[in-house]
Amino acid sequence: MTYLLTREHDELRAMVRQLATERIAPRAAEIDEKAEFPHDLKDLLAQQDLLGTCFEERHGGTALDTIAQSILVEEIARADATTSLIPIVQKLGSLPIILAGNQEQKDSYLPRLASGEWLIAFGLTEAAAGSDVAANRMRATRDGDEYILNGSKRFITHGSIANVLTVFALTDPDAGGRKGMSAFIVEAVAPGFATPRVEHKMGIRGSPTAELTFDDVRVPVANRLGEEGDGFKIAMATLDRSRLSIAAQAVGIAQGALDASVSYAADRQQFGQRVVDFQGIQWMLADMASQTEAARQLTYAAAARVDASAQDLPYWTSSAKLVAGDVAMKVTTDAVQVLGGYGYITEYPVERMMRDAKITQLYEGTQQIQRLIVARQLLQRAGVAKRGS
Amino acid sequence: MKIVVCIKQVPATGADKRYTDDLRLDRNGVEAIINPLDEYAIEQALRLVDDGTVENVTYLTMGPEQASEALRRALAMGGDDAVLVTDPALAGADEWATAKVLAAALDKLAPDVALMGMASDDARGSLVPGAVAAMRDLPLLSYGAELAVGNGAARVRRLSATGFDWITAPLPVVATVTDQVGEPRYASLKGIMAAKRKPLETWSLAEVGLSADELSGAALTRVTDARPPEAKPPTERIENVPPAEAATKIADWLAARKLI
Repeated sequence: MTYLLTREHDELRAMVRQLATERIAPRAAEIDEKAEFPHDLKDLLAQQDLLGTCFEERHGGTALDTIAQSILVEEIARADATTSLIPIVQKLGSLPIILAGNQEQKDSYLPRLASGEWLIAFGLTEAAAGSDVAANRMRATRDGDEYILNGSKRFITHGSIANVLTVFALTDPDAGGRKGMSAFIVEAVAPGFATPRVEHKMGIRGSPTAELTFDDVRVPVANRLGEEGDGFKIAMATLDRSRLSIAAQAVGIAQGALDASVSYAADRQQFGQRVVDFQGIQWMLADMASQTEAARQLTYAAAARVDASAQDLPYWTSSAKLVAGDVAMKVTTDAVQVLGGYGYITEYPVERMMRDAKITQLYEGTQQIQRLIVARQLLQRAGVAKRGS
Repeated sequence: MKIVVCIKQVPATGADKRYTDDLRLDRNGVEAIINPLDEYAIEQALRLVDDGTVENVTYLTMGPEQASEALRRALAMGGDDAVLVTDPALAGADEWATAKVLAAALDKLAPDVALMGMASDDARGSLVPGAVAAMRDLPLLSYGAELAVGNGAARVRRLSATGFDWITAPLPVVATVTDQVGEPRYASLKGIMAAKRKPLETWSLAEVGLSADELSGAALTRVTDARPPEAKPPTERIENVPPAEAATKIADWLAARKLI
C-alpha cells in the first residue's frame, strides 16, 4: 500500500501551522505554568472547524482522511502538546459512538461534538486497571429502561471539563472484562457523577486529567453503545485507531523541539562561532531530524491503513505510536542538551517539550503494550502464534 | 451593495528577492502570498458583509496564472467570486498599465466600491488606487482606518495629526484602507473547502476591452537599477554588566552622538 500527500494536505498544514505559530505557541508556556485548560484555544479551534475533522459532513464535520487528521494534531503539538489534546480527545471520546453507535445516538451527540459546543472524554482506565483493561471493576446494573452505574475511573483526560463521556462498565461481572463489559454514553450533568480530583502532572499540564466517580448514576438503555458485552471490543477498536493520534502528537512535539534546537544553535555563539557550526551539534541535529521524519512517515503509512480498514491495522498503529513516542522522548532530551543550561530553564520551550514527550510513551497503551500488540501480530503473520492468543 | 476588492499576489514577506536580467522580480520558486496590506481590505469588505451592509464581494487581481492561488486564499476567508485578468501582453506591467487594466475590469464589474489595500508589500508605489480612480473618473477615499457605506454614499475615517477626519463621497467610489481596520480573519477549514467551489473567472486583455497596443508594451516606466537597501551597522549590545554600568554606557553612547 502506498500513500501520497495531496495539495489538500499541504493546505491544511499551512493553515494549522499559521494558527499554531501565531496563536497557540505564544500561549504554551503560560498554559503549562498555570496548568489551566486553554478554553480560548478550544474556541479558536472550534471556530476554525478544526474539532470536526473526524466527523461526517451531515453531523457538521469535515470528514478529513486520517493522514489529514494526523497533520492537524502534529502541527498543533509542534506548538503545544496540551492544545493538541483537544482534537485528539474529541476524537478518542467520540470513536466509540462513531464505531458502535446507532443512528439516533450519532445524530444526537456528534453534531455538538463536531462543532466543539461540547467536549467529550473517554472513560476506560481505572485505578487498578490500566494496561490490563480486562481488570475493570466498574459496574452497570440493569434496572428497567435504565442502567445504574457505580464505581470510579482514573486518569481520564478532559474528564472534569467534558459535557459527555463514553464510559465502560461491567454488565456481567461473572463473564469478566473481556466478555462482560459494556459501553455507555453518559452526560456529565447526570446526578451521582462527580470529578473529585484532578491530577498534578509532569507534562501536558493544561489538560485536566481527572478521577471520575459514579454513585448510582442512571443512564438510559438507549445510551448503551452496541450490545451488552460489546464493551471490550469497542474499547480495543477505538484504541487501535486513536493511538495514531498520539503518534502524530509525538511527531509534532519532536518537530517543535528540533525547530527550537536549530533556531537556538544558529543564534548562540561560543568559542567565537555559532554553536550550529560545531560538527558535534550538527550530528545531533541530523539524528533528531531523520528520526522525526522516520516517525512521521510511519505515522502517515499507518494512517493510510486506518482509512483502508487494513486487517493488520493494530500492527501499524502500534508500531507508529511505539516509534514516534520513543523518538519524541529522545529528540526532546537531545534538544535540552543542544540548548545546554538554557534548555533546562523555562525561558525556552524545550524542557516543557521534554516533559510533554514522556506522556506519549505512557498513555493510550504504554510502549510495552504496543510491543505486545506488534509482537502478537508478527507471530500471527508468521503463523507461529500460540493458540487462543 | 457590491464590493470588488482588488488584491495582489506578492512574494512572502521576508522572502529572498531576486531579479531577472531585465530587472523584473523573479517569482520562480518564491513563496507567494496575498499582499498583507490587501488582507485588511478583504477584512473590511467581509465585516461589511457580516453586518449586512454588503451582499456581494468579488476579488479582482491582475497577474500571472498562479495569481489565482491568491484569489482562492481570499475566497477561503469569505466572499463570493473572483476574477483573474491575465495575458502574456501584461508581463512587466507597471503601475500605469496595472491601473488601466484594473479600471477596465472594474468598468465591467461595476461595483459600488472598489476597495484596495494602501500599498503593496513588494513595490510600494501606492499609485494604483489613485490612478484607477482618475481613469474611471470616480472619487478616491484613501487611507481609511474604517470604511462605511450606506444611503448612496461611502465614507472613510482617516487618522489625522489631530484626530481623525470622516471623508464622504457618493457611490460608486474607489477606496483604500489601512491596517487600522482590524486583524484579518483566518480562513476556516470549511472556508478553504468551500473556496474550491466558488466561481473564479479568467479574463484576457481583450475580454476587458483593451489591446496590447493601448498598453505601450505594458509599461510607461522603465526600471534602470535595483539594489537591496544598504545594511545598517550592527546593533551594539550591552550585556552581562551591572545595571549602573549599563546605564552609564547608554548615556555615554547617546552623549557621543549629541542626542543628550
